[in-house]
Amino acid sequence: MGSRGDLLVQIAQYFATHGSEYVHAVVQHVAITLAATGAAAVVAVPAGIACSRFPRVRGFVTGVFSTLRIIPSLAVLFLCISLIGVGEAPAILALALLAAPPLLINTTLGFSRVPGAVLETATGMGMGVARIFFTVKVPLAAPLIIAGLKTALVEVIASATLAAYIGAGGLGTIIFTGLGLLRSDLLMIGGVSVAGLSLVVSALISWTEKRLLPWEA
Amino acid sequence: MMDVLTPVSPALEFHHVTKRFPDAGYNAVDDVSLSIDEGELVTLVGTSGSGKTTLLKMVNRLYEPTAGQIVLRGHDIMAADPVQLRRGIGYVIQQVGLFPHMTVAENIAVVPKLLKWDSARTGARIDELLQLVQLDSAEFARRYPAELSGGQQQRVGLARALAVDPALMLLDEPFGAIDAITRDGLQNELLRIHAAHRRTYLFVTHDIREAFKLGTRVLIMHGGRVQQFATPDEIAAAPANEFVVELLASAGTSVGPSGEASVETSGGMSAGTSVGTSTGDDVRG
Amino acid sequence: MAEAWQQFMAYGERYPHKLVDALLQHLQIVGITLMVSLALAVVLTLLLMDHRRAAELAVSVLGALYSVPSLAAFALLIPLLGIGMDTAIVVLVIYNQFLLVRNFLAGLDAVDPSTVEAAIAMGMTPLQVLLRVRVPLAFPVIMAGVHLAIISTIGIATIAAVINAGGIGVILFDGLRSHKIAKILWGTALSAGLAITANMLMTRIERLAEKRLHFS
Repeated sequence: MGSRGDLLVQIAQYFATHGSEYVHAVVQHVAITLAATGAAAVVAVPAGIACSRFPRVRGFVTGVFSTLRIIPSLAVLFLCISLIGVGEAPAILALALLAAPPLLINTTLGFSRVPGAVLETATGMGMGVARIFFTVKVPLAAPLIIAGLKTALVEVIASATLAAYIGAGGLGTIIFTGLGLLRSDLLMIGGVSVAGLSLVVSALISWTEKRLLPWEA
Repeated sequence: MMDVLTPVSPALEFHHVTKRFPDAGYNAVDDVSLSIDEGELVTLVGTSGSGKTTLLKMVNRLYEPTAGQIVLRGHDIMAADPVQLRRGIGYVIQQVGLFPHMTVAENIAVVPKLLKWDSARTGARIDELLQLVQLDSAEFARRYPAELSGGQQQRVGLARALAVDPALMLLDEPFGAIDAITRDGLQNELLRIHAAHRRTYLFVTHDIREAFKLGTRVLIMHGGRVQQFATPDEIAAAPANEFVVELLASAGTSVGPSGEASVETSGGMSAGTSVGTSTGDDVRG
Repeated sequence: MAEAWQQFMAYGERYPHKLVDALLQHLQIVGITLMVSLALAVVLTLLLMDHRRAAELAVSVLGALYSVPSLAAFALLIPLLGIGMDTAIVVLVIYNQFLLVRNFLAGLDAVDPSTVEAAIAMGMTPLQVLLRVRVPLAFPVIMAGVHLAIISTIGIATIAAVINAGGIGVILFDGLRSHKIAKILWGTALSAGLAITANMLMTRIERLAEKRLHFS
């Protein structure tokens, strides 16, 4: 595998010759992640709000989605892909399925945990239903929804790496190539990039959270 | 403080008001008729399940009466839009219910903003109210509720309810979760604020000492019915029935207009159980 | 659908030993990982429990490591440790430290200080306070951490197949590469079945422990 000096030279060489390819992989990884998480959020957040209103549905749906979360992501991902087909769109769909449980569960919890006393005084002060929803319930449910979003993003970034195995593209391609050829430079580049992406996204969400939710501190 | 006010046109009237909750086998409030004058501070006292909170919550239409009529300053409340109605009524509850995501100033500004006050007027009012409830504006206006003690939170709750100087204030055991010494201070401040502005207050409590200390008149309820509605002096001098006698006895001998309120008592509770006609635990009541 | 089911059944009849081997190998990875993880987490917890600042820092560092995608972690360790089960176990143990140490510390911290004070006042040694008071009271939170670690290990261990660690993941990767739905279905059934069984088992153990130790 060569010495450490060689490794640095190889990494430098990779960026010199494959620079644009690398940028493309990063962009693709981010795009897949955003598309999958976005698609999941569009369905899971309204569904979570609906669930929070109906306690019986809530128990059932959160139960089903909690079980879905226990099943190893690799199995969910590969089963979905083999059922709907190989490529970018099926991969995004499969990844969305992995992103949905934390979003749905946390949205449901967030909205059900808004204190009754706060809602009572809001009504008592003369706030209408829509106003209470947008100015009281949404901000108070936001911390848990954002926490769910963070979990979903980290999960999708990780699983998108695995989706590269069936040609979905992204940074996982570099790692799988590195595994196939047992090339340390590719493994390091891919590993650091994916880890970095995950850490940057987590940090970004935490930062947004602090700015958006000053009362949580 | 305790002198009976010269009656203005009644601020609030109840005409044969009854409330039965779905699936309940009894009336939480049972045919209550009474009239409250402008500027009174009426305390509602009774055991849990007596119907006192239910009666209060029908005034701002958090509950709708099953039968009867409630008239606020000459207008049937059922004819009004409930949202508009509530903006003109101050509302304070035991759990305070401050908005955790808003600062103290933002909490107080909620109803002024709903009524589209300009920011200068709202800002001036916030300072005025914080002074009224004895919180330093510079220190507290920008804090979040989580950064306040229980007593401070309820001061803000009171200021928030007073924001647009409502003609009627509804207070549902506002000091029930507060320690005895702080509660005593808050009671005195409430009396001072009420004396200064002479608005109509309806104050629910299960503490008979508190009821007698604060009330210009005291409304004693049991089993959804009014047992006695009179000044503290009148009640002490001539209890209307056995239930009222028991209630007074359970609170000790010092009850009265000048009664000491520094000793915590659960008098109302034990009276209810000893009489044995309690309608049971009604979480809504 | 019917065809996939037939293939699934046929594969099960033809290669039962492959499936059993994969399952046993998976259990082996999970078992070794858990034993090493628990031992390390106990040591880390004992070192950190009386140093609040260091504990907070350690938990946030472990949290950052936990958010590194597993394929990236495997990729980064291969140049150092090579491929195989050992590398996989190292990665899995590191991940578990976040779940275990976080819960262990949180559980011990949540014990009512007045209870601890009473124990000390009764003449218990620090070790007795820990073993007879704090650990029993923290037990539900400790078990919740172990529960999470088991589920997480079962899941991530499937991914370890890419670095030749063996286990159920091998069936999944093979199935996807060779477009054999039967293998994918077996891989899913085994890994999901294992995870769900472990989950039920842990839930039951937690309930039993709660009943015996707690009064609530």
